[in-house]
Amino acid sequence: MNLFFDGIAWILDSANQGGPGGWIARLGEQLAYTFGAVAIAAVIAVPLGYLVGHTGRGRDLAVSLSGGFRALPSLGLLILLGLGLGIGFRAPLLTFVILAIPPILAGAYAGFEAIDRKTIDAARALGMTELQIVGRVEVPLGLPLLIGGIRSGVLQVVATATLAAYVSGGALGVFIFEGFSTRNYAEALGASILVTVLALVLEGIFALIQRLVVPRGVVAKEPTEIRTRSSRPVAVAGLPAQEGK
Amino acid sequence: MFTAIKKGRLVAGLVVVSAAVALAGCSSSNPLDTASTSSASGAASGPIVIGSQAYYSNEIIAEIYAQALEANGIEVTRQFNIGQRDAYLPALESGEVQLFPEYTGNLLQYYDPSTTAKTSDDVFAALQTALPQGLEVLDQSPATDQDSYNVTKAFSDANGVTSLADLSKVTTPITLGGNSELQTRPYGPDGLKSTYGVTVGFTPIEDSGGPLTIKALNDNTVQMVNIYSADPNIKTSGLVTLADPKGLFLASNVVPLINSNSATPEVVSIINKVSAALTAADLVDLNSQSVNDQQSADTIAKNWLAKVNLF
Repeated sequence: MNLFFDGIAWILDSANQGGPGGWIARLGEQLAYTFGAVAIAAVIAVPLGYLVGHTGRGRDLAVSLSGGFRALPSLGLLILLGLGLGIGFRAPLLTFVILAIPPILAGAYAGFEAIDRKTIDAARALGMTELQIVGRVEVPLGLPLLIGGIRSGVLQVVATATLAAYVSGGALGVFIFEGFSTRNYAEALGASILVTVLALVLEGIFALIQRLVVPRGVVAKEPTEIRTRSSRPVAVAGLPAQEGK
Repeated sequence: MFTAIKKGRLVAGLVVVSAAVALAGCSSSNPLDTASTSSASGAASGPIVIGSQAYYSNEIIAEIYAQALEANGIEVTRQFNIGQRDAYLPALESGEVQLFPEYTGNLLQYYDPSTTAKTSDDVFAALQTALPQGLEVLDQSPATDQDSYNVTKAFSDANGVTSLADLSKVTTPITLGGNSELQTRPYGPDGLKSTYGVTVGFTPIEDSGGPLTIKALNDNTVQMVNIYSADPNIKTSGLVTLADPKGLFLASNVVPLINSNSATPEVVSIINKVSAALTAADLVDLNSQSVNDQQSADTIAKNWLAKVNLF
């Protein structure tokens, strides 16, 4: 526990907070990596996922592609890209984009797939164009699952963005690498606590957003099915089929 | 249906239990404590625990020590890849690890940061008194592997720089690249300022002078990098190692650091024979086999021992 308090003390020490090398600036870099990477990944993965989800074509490809990307080891990818792009922020950013694509892609197409086909058929029967079906039915109904995918992407990137320091890309990992190599564990732990807290806060925010984006029609209590229910009791013969279950 | 639910509960229970076990593992106080602390003081009785830094060249030397001892019927345990000096020296002092390939200059600077010794003999002599109780060094080897500052051939030609003293003539800003701990070392940016009057920026690159560091140098993201002098990449990448006339870096010969409890005459004589046989050119060659030929430390050590025909 002592070490834990040392870590907290490191965070509270104002000497470690301000300036370009302080943790506040590094936290900003961590957030910039997170939202930058997730935004770029969303621009790529959301249209792709929607296309797959709406047409139902290329589903196998999307599944295996996102599965394959998930299996890539981030540090290995980072070094490989670093050797091509040089040190700095570009290689880590690209690594994190690749890390964030699978959950967002999965969220996008799973959101479309989870919609009851009857709902889409009904929309089509109403005379909606395909574009209207996507825009007015599928996107709103699929939004909670898409946000779920983005949420999981954000969580993965915010936790992995510490690796950026390996190729001098900044962010909170700087303190972790420096702390370990100089045996300043309070520093390493302080930065780890910051990453953890940041991840939990983002997770909380996204859980809230995920709740808020559920369309009102879905949140509202399911309407009682007036027409299908008979107005008088129906005579039932025999025992209930599943007695004693 | 019922059994399926039961099975599900069983699995859930297993997950909870194994997570608890895993977490219990996390809560142990010191993350560096390993299971093999039993031989804390009675070192001479059990197998000799040989450690190495997380540096391939150091691991090769450690492996050579291990195989040389094994060839003479002495039991060894390998605890390689321990990391930086700050992490493994306390383990050596306590006897958790008993034998470790070290470098005279860097080791001296660790225990005595204000040392004035520069040449390899002075450093070795100073080291004898600087070491804490319970640790000693055996004979130093002619092989050296020390920190060195390197620039590209193009930078050297354009600015007429071949020595650290020439750096003060350079008008463009210079950024030094290296592991993050370099920033706080006596030969880091502060040492450059006080010894040569050169002000440099610093960019941490965490691969110990590896390919990312060389890429950064070639991209001109950094202008000078710290690479160990026995690294074959200096030659293969066509870098210029800057001379160090004022002795910013201490001479750093390979030297075996041993816990006194383990320094039996037999062990000492075997390891001293190894140190005497290891030349500077050998070390670069061993490193090259690892970096360029991708051979394992095990194979490299075996081949070298066979070549020098020691045991």
